[in-house]
Amino acid sequence: MATGEYVPHAPGYVDSPGTKVVSSRFGYEDSYTLDRYLATGGYEGLKKALANGPEECHGIVREGTLLGRGGAGFPAGIKWGFCPPEVWPRYLVVNGDESEPGTYKDRLLMELDPHQLIEGCLIACYAIGLSQCFLYVRGEMAIAQQRLADALNEAYEAGYVGKNILGTDFSVDIVLHWGAGAYIVGEETALIESLEGNRGMPRLKPPFFPAAVGLYGQPTIVNNVETLANLPWMLEHGAEAYKELGSETSPGTRMFAVSGHVKRPGVYEVEQGVTTYEDLIYGDDYCQGMRDGHELKMFIPGGGSAPWLFPEHVSLPLEARPVGAAGTMLGSGAIVIMDDSTDAVKACLRVVRFFARESCGKCAPCREGTSWEEKILQRILDGNGRPEDLDLLLDVADNISPGPYPVASFEAEGLDAVPFPPRQTTICPLGPSSVAPITSAIRRFRHEFEAKIGTPVEVTA
Amino acid sequence: MSRLTEANVKIAHEIIARYPRPKSALIPLLHLAQEQDGWVSDEAMAHLAELVGVTPAEVRGTCTFYEMFKLHPVGTYMVNVCTNIACQLLGGEELLHHAEKTLGIRPGGTTSDGMFTLEDVECIAACTEAPCMQVNYRYGVRLSTDDFDEIIDDLRAGRTPDKLITANPGDQIPSHGTLGLTRQHLDPDKAAGIVPPEQVTENPVWLTTTKGDS
Amino acid sequence: MTATEPQADEVTDGVPVTIDGVEIMAKKGELLIAAAERHGVYIPRFCYHPRMKPVGMCRMCLVEVDTGRGPGLQPSCMLPVSDGMVVQTESDVAKKAQDGVLEFLLINHPLDCPVCDKGGECPLQDQTVAYGPGESRFVEEKRHFEKPIPISDIVYLDRERCILCDRCTRFAGDVAGDPLIHFQARGNETEVNTFPDEPFSSYFSGNTVQICPVGALTAKPYRFKARPWDLTEIASTATMDSVGSRITVQSSRNEVLRYLGVDSDPVNWGWLSDKERFSFEAWNADARLTGPLVRGDKLGNPTDSGDQLVGASWALALGKAGDALRDVDPEKVIVLGGSRMTTESQYAWAKLAKAVIGTDNVDAQLGDGPAAEVLLSLPRATIDQACAPGGTVLVVGADPKETHGALFLRLRHAAMHDGATILELNPRSSGLSQYAAQSLHALPGELGDVVGALAAGGAAGGCDADAIAAMAEALGAADAVTVVLGSGSLGEDPTVMAQAALRLAEQYPNATFLPALHRANVMGAIDAGLAPGMLPGRRRLAGSTAPDTWGSLPASAGLDAEAMLRKADAGDVEVAILLGCDPLADFPDAALAERAFNKVNHLISVDTHLNLTSTGADIVFPAAASATEVDGTFTNMEGRLSPIARKVTPPGTARPDWMIAAELAAQLADDLGFIDLDELWADFAAASPLHADLSMADIAEGGTEGVLLAGSSISRPPAPNVEMADSSDMRLIVTRKMYDAGTLLTNSPSLVELAAGASASINPAQFASLGFTDGDDVTVRSEVGSITLPVVADAGVPAGAVAIEFNQPNASAASLLDSARTVTTVSLERVS
Ligand SMILES: Cc1cc2nc3c(=O)[nH]c(=O)nc-3n(C[C@H](O)[C@H](O)[C@H](O)COP(=O)(O)O)c2cc1C
Ligand code: SF4
Ligand code: FES
Repeated sequence: MATGEYVPHAPGYVDSPGTKVVSSRFGYEDSYTLDRYLATGGYEGLKKALANGPEECHGIVREGTLLGRGGAGFPAGIKWGFCPPEVWPRYLVVNGDESEPGTYKDRLLMELDPHQLIEGCLIACYAIGLSQCFLYVRGEMAIAQQRLADALNEAYEAGYVGKNILGTDFSVDIVLHWGAGAYIVGEETALIESLEGNRGMPRLKPPFFPAAVGLYGQPTIVNNVETLANLPWMLEHGAEAYKELGSETSPGTRMFAVSGHVKRPGVYEVEQGVTTYEDLIYGDDYCQGMRDGHELKMFIPGGGSAPWLFPEHVSLPLEARPVGAAGTMLGSGAIVIMDDSTDAVKACLRVVRFFARESCGKCAPCREGTSWEEKILQRILDGNGRPEDLDLLLDVADNISPGPYPVASFEAEGLDAVPFPPRQTTICPLGPSSVAPITSAIRRFRHEFEAKIGTPVEVTA
Repeated sequence: MSRLTEANVKIAHEIIARYPRPKSALIPLLHLAQEQDGWVSDEAMAHLAELVGVTPAEVRGTCTFYEMFKLHPVGTYMVNVCTNIACQLLGGEELLHHAEKTLGIRPGGTTSDGMFTLEDVECIAACTEAPCMQVNYRYGVRLSTDDFDEIIDDLRAGRTPDKLITANPGDQIPSHGTLGLTRQHLDPDKAAGIVPPEQVTENPVWLTTTKGDS
Repeated sequence: MTATEPQADEVTDGVPVTIDGVEIMAKKGELLIAAAERHGVYIPRFCYHPRMKPVGMCRMCLVEVDTGRGPGLQPSCMLPVSDGMVVQTESDVAKKAQDGVLEFLLINHPLDCPVCDKGGECPLQDQTVAYGPGESRFVEEKRHFEKPIPISDIVYLDRERCILCDRCTRFAGDVAGDPLIHFQARGNETEVNTFPDEPFSSYFSGNTVQICPVGALTAKPYRFKARPWDLTEIASTATMDSVGSRITVQSSRNEVLRYLGVDSDPVNWGWLSDKERFSFEAWNADARLTGPLVRGDKLGNPTDSGDQLVGASWALALGKAGDALRDVDPEKVIVLGGSRMTTESQYAWAKLAKAVIGTDNVDAQLGDGPAAEVLLSLPRATIDQACAPGGTVLVVGADPKETHGALFLRLRHAAMHDGATILELNPRSSGLSQYAAQSLHALPGELGDVVGALAAGGAAGGCDADAIAAMAEALGAADAVTVVLGSGSLGEDPTVMAQAALRLAEQYPNATFLPALHRANVMGAIDAGLAPGMLPGRRRLAGSTAPDTWGSLPASAGLDAEAMLRKADAGDVEVAILLGCDPLADFPDAALAERAFNKVNHLISVDTHLNLTSTGADIVFPAAASATEVDGTFTNMEGRLSPIARKVTPPGTARPDWMIAAELAAQLADDLGFIDLDELWADFAAASPLHADLSMADIAEGGTEGVLLAGSSISRPPAPNVEMADSSDMRLIVTRKMYDAGTLLTNSPSLVELAAGASASINPAQFASLGFTDGDDVTVRSEVGSITLPVVADAGVPAGAVAIEFNQPNASAASLLDSARTVTTVSLERVS
């Protein structure tokens, strides 16, 4: 039923060919209602789960190798198993804080198919005995909040959530919670702090891996929206069917948001591991190539935190391992395409500025270092750069995220190595993420920086 | 401006009851205060401190961490133009400059009639639809400068702009502070029941009672 | 830490860790930074503080750690040691990371060391000088904030200097329980601040100044007063309450400028209350007595009948005092006070009174605590026992937050972080109530009944049977109960507390007691024999023979403070001697005190400042201040001896108290038997079996822990009967506040304004039924006096009672009190 087209009532979503695990209802205008949900197989996964029992249900998720979609790609089934035995209560916190530059798919999943997420939450809670679920939605997503509130009210009314769900002993409350504007709160320990009513400052892990010590000091599973949205399909169709999609190590599909200088930017659900960046960027079913008259210059392969890739990398499959081996990450599935009209310095500054503005302020290197990087870059862009600034920038970056890193495959594959994954002088990877665009841009386009140094350019902002 | 009204205090208590610990309700309560007044005043923070049992300094510590909470009155409409990387590539900065010109204010400023506050914001998760912005957290996507002007004109004229996306067709753009137009209702008869963690000492019943038996 | 977790100290099995190539034995669960430090490897740090939960914020303590999966950078302040851990604190990677952090902390930090109070003792400055980059690579504009802002009456904050280490804010929230300063804003704009118009009014604010690693927080008494390199220091003991907090006294040019808390593991953990920390200002006050005073005329000439106090020579003043005391009937001499002196001076005065003058009418307590023999008959507890992880502590008639600040912090920690259970049996709510598992408020006079009901069951003293049963159950379930025994309400006769304490001891044979009496060295006074009926070394006078060095003993046991004043009121006292006390302001029956002193023939005061009572004295001797101007020892609530050290010379001709005693003895043709402290101690040790095997050197060598004295063998007296007259009037509760109109506080410029004033607090139900509104002024009237003050509703006050704070600038509750009664009853009337 794929139309291969933009879906008018879901701006940004393109209904591409192939099996749809999480976006199957996006084509319906009333996709977010309980009626539509029930009419299209809704809550069947939950019923199967209840019929199988919690342990079996956990087993299916483990067997299906459901990789986390929040960025780190950790298998959900294994993470669930980290809850220390016999410590109660345990909580589920749904990470709907999606704020990584370039990323959006959780917003669509929440706006367009809220019941699917609710069902996913229920399955997770059921499988491992989580007694309350908090759905933490990014503050700026008013429509997602409204749709989820409506859906939860409907689901409670219909007995899918709350006391004695579907007449069984399974009871769980899902509480909708809105954030208030802070990217760092997407980091799971900061998310927990925020949910406790505090400033969203990350906790050091270890010792505080949320699965062991999380919300209120209790075992807490933090999962991304898309991760959980996979569960109804997986439970309904089974682990085997799930594994038939995607590659062996990365089964299933993923939502990729491709933005920037392509003909048809959009959010696409495609099979992981078998599709390549090239397919997405140039494929007729997907982005349909670069804007006329322009060539690909570079692209961000997995969200603003990811080191950049270049034209020679487009054949990489959309799969965590090979992309990781290339010195960057698939991350949150956000791909930002930049063509030859792009000013590398300006792009670099813009991403760095994001991290500087979003630093929580806890660790000195991130709090001080990211703003310092921003100031130097701004100075260079303003034409007040000094020749020593590039080395200074790289050294400041190095003090936030010491490198370089001996990633064996770089040399051998002739790839342009950048420090990744980052070694950190900080608690969380936010500060070190600011290093990715700097090292990427300076290593590749040092000449552009040098050209600006001492040469005033027109200041736009 | 003020403490919560009586009606809002009632809502506040409902919200607090959804959390195992009262302080967890702080961010939703700050939203409630902002919904009431359009911004969060010191009096409101002091009131919330009483409601959740912490000091006003702690409330302020939390409040000031999050960008969406405004410590001073802002316009009826927050116009948030995204300039992050994906939008920058497709004209986000130009849209911001246009907005500055049209509204006659710099980012952070409020028009003299108190209608609009302009902000230059980070990624708002609509990157493929660049350039984009939010007005009171309702999206406008793939905006031309004309589209922008149309939205502003509509709002000034009290019309709901076609170019802004709402949850249901025809929903109004509420004044600043109101997020989702629906609240979650937890009917005590249908809820599983929310208790402080220290009161839970045993595994949830279903782990042992529902094992493959239904 | 929970009760079941072993304490680091108890663990005997070590964890081998290799630090910079050397294998050390760390304690299980210990943080790497602490383990390294114990073994001589100092890892630089800013945010880590050993008495607070680590946050790992500053990142200065990064080291390279290999736990088997290759080396990685880790903050050593957050990392518990693990078996076989290999740590590099000075590898290239570690050094580069540390240097980088230092640079980050400096880029926005002002380079104003020359004008910064912290300059010269600043870890940031020291680190920079030692390892920092030669010149700044930061050419951008630094972050700016408005220059120092007052965040309380005492503390200023310079946000530009702040390195956001979270120490002050963690202290305020986690240690003091006053989260009134907090991080605000985010990222590079983060700052520490208060809520607008809600200052950081904490009794413990000074600790933040001490632990701030830079010059961001400064305290009014010290700001701009000195440069650290001009200061010299000496270890001593704080003498504002009986905790005996260990301190460092710092001075410059013979002026004391600062106290710093010292981390004594069994005592104060490095913390001080602001009263302990800042009241040294009183020693520097212009109002200090610098020479003896005698009665004289307006021209300043000494005359026997003069109505002025005029300066006199020591010879003249001592001569007059000698004349007054010579040939007087010893029974007609009374000696009040002495708890502010060193234990040595207390001994000297005890010996002067009892062996030379021959009177046992000596009392260091002023009618506000159980008698010495009651206290000494109870099995004693230490602070550590009271604060034991997982333990049960019963607080009776004490409000440590107001009277024993450092103990309060220890108890709070025990309850909040170590799983201890606090039970409270106080006349009204206290600073501990919010941490207490249960609080019972016995009506004034009925405390003993409530204690009795813990064993017998039923309702008592205004507490219902269920509540009493719940507390009884909690006490019964505890392996060991420590009782923190306070002075109780000043509105009650001390026998009420005595009865309750003795009943508790009887009912709970395993209970131990930590006395938390008002007055600083009060336990020293008791140990030294400066109490009626007692001899040095926790012995009863009755039945004892005179110590060898004493010659004789008083014929019979003497009177306590109240009885002495009654005797004086009866015209039966010739000479009254005040040892650093002010009964007119401080005795809980102002009218009695006033009548009494009007009738004594000779009033002699030994003090550091003139006060309400001594202004009317005939002879005033200027005393050197304990804590900074004399050498000696302090005996804290546990019976722990620690040194008091002379740091500066006393003003004018002021002398140590013991010397004044010795000179008075000489006037009486006698000899105390010592002319210096060593001889004094030898004499003391000979008279006190408790101190027999100790020397002052031993005490100094006890380090920060001092020396804990063994218990006593005084047999337990029977619990006294408490007579309660029936009355439908409101019963008066009078409590102490940390800040009051006491002599030292009123002479400390930074603290004098902090006394909040007294109000009459009553239960909200009664408040409403009496038709009051908040802030109304009421006249509170008892049979002996009346005062007018604001009335407030307070749920912490039991129905049927009125609670008023003692000795406040706006009202003196002492003028309501009638010490002849078990409890004082009052009526309230709104002032129209
Ligand atoms: C700075 C930072 C921001 C993050 N933001 C998000 C986010 O917006 N949404 C999300 O799901 N995960 C985010 N993560 C990842 C989460 O910490 C966490 O790994 C994830 O929610 C786990 O869910 P998953 O296992 O289902 O992927 C972020 C991580 C970091 C370090
Ligand atoms: S004021 Fe001092 S103690 Fe407080 S956070 Fe700043 S540097 Fe640390
Ligand atoms: S001392 Fe360890 S991070 Fe600050």
